[in-house]
Amino acid sequence: MKITTKFLGEIEISEQDILKFEHGLLGLEDEKKFVLLPLDADLPLAMLQSINNAEIGFVVAFPFAFKKDYSFDISEEDREQLQIEKQEDVLTYAIVTMKESLQDSTINLLAPVIINIGAKCGKQIVLQDNKSYPLRFPLQALEGSAK
Amino acid sequence: MLVLSRKKDESIMIGDQIEIKILAIEGEQIKIGIVAPKTVKVHRSEVFEAIQAQNKEALSISSGFLEQLKKK
Repeated sequence: MKITTKFLGEIEISEQDILKFEHGLLGLEDEKKFVLLPLDADLPLAMLQSINNAEIGFVVAFPFAFKKDYSFDISEEDREQLQIEKQEDVLTYAIVTMKESLQDSTINLLAPVIINIGAKCGKQIVLQDNKSYPLRFPLQALEGSAK
Repeated sequence: MLVLSRKKDESIMIGDQIEIKILAIEGEQIKIGIVAPKTVKVHRSEVFEAIQAQNKEALSISSGFLEQLKKK
C-alpha cells in the first residue's frame, strides 16, 4: 500500500511493516498505526511515521548513541501488552525535537518508544522520575561521545 | 468526581490494593504517600502533560532538517 509521509514523499509499504500502537502516543491517542522509515544510514536516526496522517511523523533516535548508559526496566504490564518474550525483540527509540540548530535540538529520554519488532507493536512508555533521563536531553551530546 | 475530605494520617483505599495516605500538610503543600502494586504506574500529572506537549513540539520540524543533518 502507498502512504504519504511527512518528509519522504509518497512511499510503498507492506502490511507487515505496520506497527500497531494500541494507545497511540501521548497526546496523540488516535494515531495507532505507524511505520519506521530509515533516514540517512550514517546517522542513528529514523522516522516514525503514521500511516494515516502524513503530518504525524517523528524523527526518532537510537538513544544509546546519545547516552551510552541509558537503561530502564520495562514493567510487567508493558511487557505483557507488547507481548515481549525476549530482549532481542525490543527496539528502543527516543523522539527527537529538531530545532533550527542541532545545538538546540533535544531527545526525549523520559518517554521512550518501545517497539516489539517480532509482534509488530509499540508503545510510548514513561519512565519513573529520573533526573538523568530528562524530557529534553541535548542532542549535542552525540558530538562528545561519538567523535 | 468523587470528593472526600481527609485529615493528616488518614487514608483512602482505591480497590483493595491501592492506598493513598495524607502524610503531612504544610501550608499549600500536601505530602501524599501511595502504596500500590508494582504494575500500577504512578506519575505526577505534569509529567504526562509535559510529554504530550513535547510530542507535539517534536512534530513541528521543518523539512530543512534533513539537509542540516547532512551538513554536519
